[in-house]
Amino acid sequence: MNSPVTVHLPLGTAKVAARSLSVHYGEKHALQSVDLEIRAGEVTALIGPSGCGKSTFLRCINRMNDMVDGARVSGSLTLDGSDIYDRSLDVVQLRARVGMVFQKPNPFPKSIYDNIAYGPRIHGLARNQDELDEIVMTSLERAGLLAEVKDRLTESGTGLSGGQQQRLCIARAIAVGPEVILMDEPCSALDPIATAKVEELIDDLRDNYTIVIVTHSMQQAARVSQRTAFFHLGKLIEVGDTEQIFTNPQQPLTQGYITGRFG
Amino acid sequence: MEEQVHTVKSYDGELGHLTGIIARMGGMAEAQFASSLHALARRDEALAQRVIEGDARIDELDKEVQSFAVRLLALRQPMAVDLRQIVGALNISGEIERVGDYAANLAKRSLVLHHVGVSVPVAGVVRLGDLVRGLLKDVLDAYLEKDVAKALGVWSRDEEVDAMYNGVMQDLITLMTEDSGTITAATHLLFIAKNIERIGDHATNIAEALHYQILGTSPAGSRPKGNTVGGPE
Amino acid sequence: MTETTQMARLGAVRPTAEIVAARLKRRHNAERRFRAVGLGAVLLALGFLGVLLFTIVGNGITAFVQTSIRVDVTFDPAQLGIEGDTSADALAAANYQAIIKQALYRTFPEAKTRGEQRQLGAMVSSGADIELRKMLIADPALLGQTRSVWLLADDDIDMAVKGHIPRQPGIAGNRLSDNEIRWLDELESRGAVKTRFNTLLWTSGDSREPELAGLWGAVVGSIYSLIITLLVSFPLGVATSVYLEEFAPKNRWTDLIEVNINNLAAVPSVVFGLLGLAVFLNIFGMPRSAPLVGGLVLALICLPTIIIAARAAMKAVPPSIREAAAGLGASKLQVVTDHVLPLSMPGILTGTILGMAHALGETAPLLMIGMVAFIVDIPATPLDPSAVLPVQVYLWADSPERAFVERTSAAIMVLLLFLALMNLSAILLRKKFERRW
Repeated sequence: MNSPVTVHLPLGTAKVAARSLSVHYGEKHALQSVDLEIRAGEVTALIGPSGCGKSTFLRCINRMNDMVDGARVSGSLTLDGSDIYDRSLDVVQLRARVGMVFQKPNPFPKSIYDNIAYGPRIHGLARNQDELDEIVMTSLERAGLLAEVKDRLTESGTGLSGGQQQRLCIARAIAVGPEVILMDEPCSALDPIATAKVEELIDDLRDNYTIVIVTHSMQQAARVSQRTAFFHLGKLIEVGDTEQIFTNPQQPLTQGYITGRFG
Repeated sequence: MEEQVHTVKSYDGELGHLTGIIARMGGMAEAQFASSLHALARRDEALAQRVIEGDARIDELDKEVQSFAVRLLALRQPMAVDLRQIVGALNISGEIERVGDYAANLAKRSLVLHHVGVSVPVAGVVRLGDLVRGLLKDVLDAYLEKDVAKALGVWSRDEEVDAMYNGVMQDLITLMTEDSGTITAATHLLFIAKNIERIGDHATNIAEALHYQILGTSPAGSRPKGNTVGGPE
Repeated sequence: MTETTQMARLGAVRPTAEIVAARLKRRHNAERRFRAVGLGAVLLALGFLGVLLFTIVGNGITAFVQTSIRVDVTFDPAQLGIEGDTSADALAAANYQAIIKQALYRTFPEAKTRGEQRQLGAMVSSGADIELRKMLIADPALLGQTRSVWLLADDDIDMAVKGHIPRQPGIAGNRLSDNEIRWLDELESRGAVKTRFNTLLWTSGDSREPELAGLWGAVVGSIYSLIITLLVSFPLGVATSVYLEEFAPKNRWTDLIEVNINNLAAVPSVVFGLLGLAVFLNIFGMPRSAPLVGGLVLALICLPTIIIAARAAMKAVPPSIREAAAGLGASKLQVVTDHVLPLSMPGILTGTILGMAHALGETAPLLMIGMVAFIVDIPATPLDPSAVLPVQVYLWADSPERAFVERTSAAIMVLLLFLALMNLSAILLRKKFERRW
């Protein structure tokens, strides 16, 4: 396995599909009967006010909600047609297929090399050191970070700037060879230039990965995504082509949110 | 949604300010057009002169709309209905400015017509003007009231204007053919009629821009040239 | 106009700046007082510590040297009672006390009566013969020859030389007879009295004779105990914390366990000693006074400390690191072993060392399991009976001889040195592995 394997589905087919997906956190009904298709090879942006369920939806896709005590999921959520919440599906296997990038850049306090090699190592993706080296280099290359860090691969990942750290985290996710990459407000801790670099990277990655991004910045959603879904109070209010959502949303709630008239 | 205000209150104020300038421009352009028609019908040179001088103020307002809209785009990064409203204001302001130009042009030609000294019947042209003036008034009202139905009404009545303009043109051509002495005056009058017809087109453009501003889509079907016109969506 | 309405709304007549300025002096004064009180407390604490250290060092520093007397000893086979038999066994069993006495009598011929001769013989330690035996066994050719030898002085002579007890006859506290004082003065004038580094303190076990008593038995006992403690409490403590922190569901039962662990840290240590007595000695029949049992009891004592420290260290690992690893598909165990444990290890080690330092100083629980016994031998294994440092301090502090006072202080200094070394290593560990996220 020299380079991460990606499954190329025809553009526009549903990579991830939610049918009547509901999530409860204890008493709280965090996600209410959501029907949403994430298309392959596209960037889908999830927008909405805080606590609207967009992050909950995102974290359902790689079952990060499993880590939350008292979280219950009902309805169906499929990845390439097979149920993500099926008992026979191992969450470790799922997360190898669905990578994640978090709000705050969270590189391991290890060397840049080890940060990226960690995923391939635990999954046994490389048979020898040469293969591992190649995965690391390819991932850094794809994340547009290779030129900046190739002379200091042994230095700590936490010593990089915020934007570089976030791209390192993206490279780390890529190294496992996922089909879907989830991004939870990946630029909220970054300055505008670093944000622009990450957005540029997201655009480049679109060819090889299906990307779902949660963002609070509507401009960012407009810039990077092809489809946009608007959540409010745990419900999916509207989903459509990004251009349409931002010029002519069909739902009054969407209109109110994106024009800053909420409440 | 229209009643809902922005979380940032000053944004609402700024959008209101933009609409206010357009309303003032519209009012002025309508008055200029009415005055120029008046000057034509009554051969009132002083009035015509005032119309010519008055055009500069519409141009100033147009510039104000352009710069204010650019400022809003840069500072507020408008989305959806707000974005359409600002882009609509830019378009509509341009259309109104053209209407003002035609009104001034009409006033100039009415002066020239007066000085030619040959009497030609202006009643038909004035009737055409009255019709277009009605359209202009309706579309400006529709803008202030955000009334899509009224705007569509203006849009579909453009064919009436075309029909009446064709009639006026036929009459003037007949007149020129019959009496070659009227050619100079009739030609001026012909241009005046053409200007009025152009004002009608601009009113239609405003209706279209208004339709997009409010609904996010252009009016269905092609420009009415005798076609029937469907409702919105 | 607007200003007055604003003032009215704030309910203030004067401008804010004026009001703040008026109170500023009081606020600064309060701050200065608080700082003075804090500084005073620190100085007081430092003062107490200084007095303690000064007393201990003042009392104990002389224990690191020992008085010796030079005597010309003749290795006379007749006196030694070996009559030409120079085998190792014969040399080992020879009567060295006799040649020491003969040497002393020759030095001070005026001591004629039995009483005077007994006093003269008592000036040298009863353990001085060991030195001579070593010399002769090392070099049997000395037999029949005379050598000038430095012999270990008796503890009273030692005390008198070091000035801890007065040397004037008839003064309270003088433990020497007039003859002994005269002989000592005579020896000193001949240059036959000197103090040397006290090697016995570092090499021998306990003794009833203060000049022969050493710490090594207690040091070895403490080291054995601490090794047992570390081997038992560290893996147990870390495993418990990992389970509680990373795997256990958060419910009433784990809450109960947590409360109990915290309570355990506050249980008086003597209770653990009783527990050790009842369980390890009576039920399992383990050897009394052994570092093995001592180590097990101490392990029980520092287990709560280690668990609490380890849990705190694991809690301090940011959740984002766990999420990052889990997001890459690491299993729960991999998250713990690859990230949480390595990142929290400095904290865990620091807590462990502090717990061990605490255990090192414990006395009461060890008394309960019989480690208070008088043990002369250096323990060879953790199963042998042994003393430990704090118990040695307790035993010596309880002994009547004046010479044990300075040895007690010396033992405390050694104990404090060990504690300081352990704490220092904890600080160094923390400094070395401190991480920034």
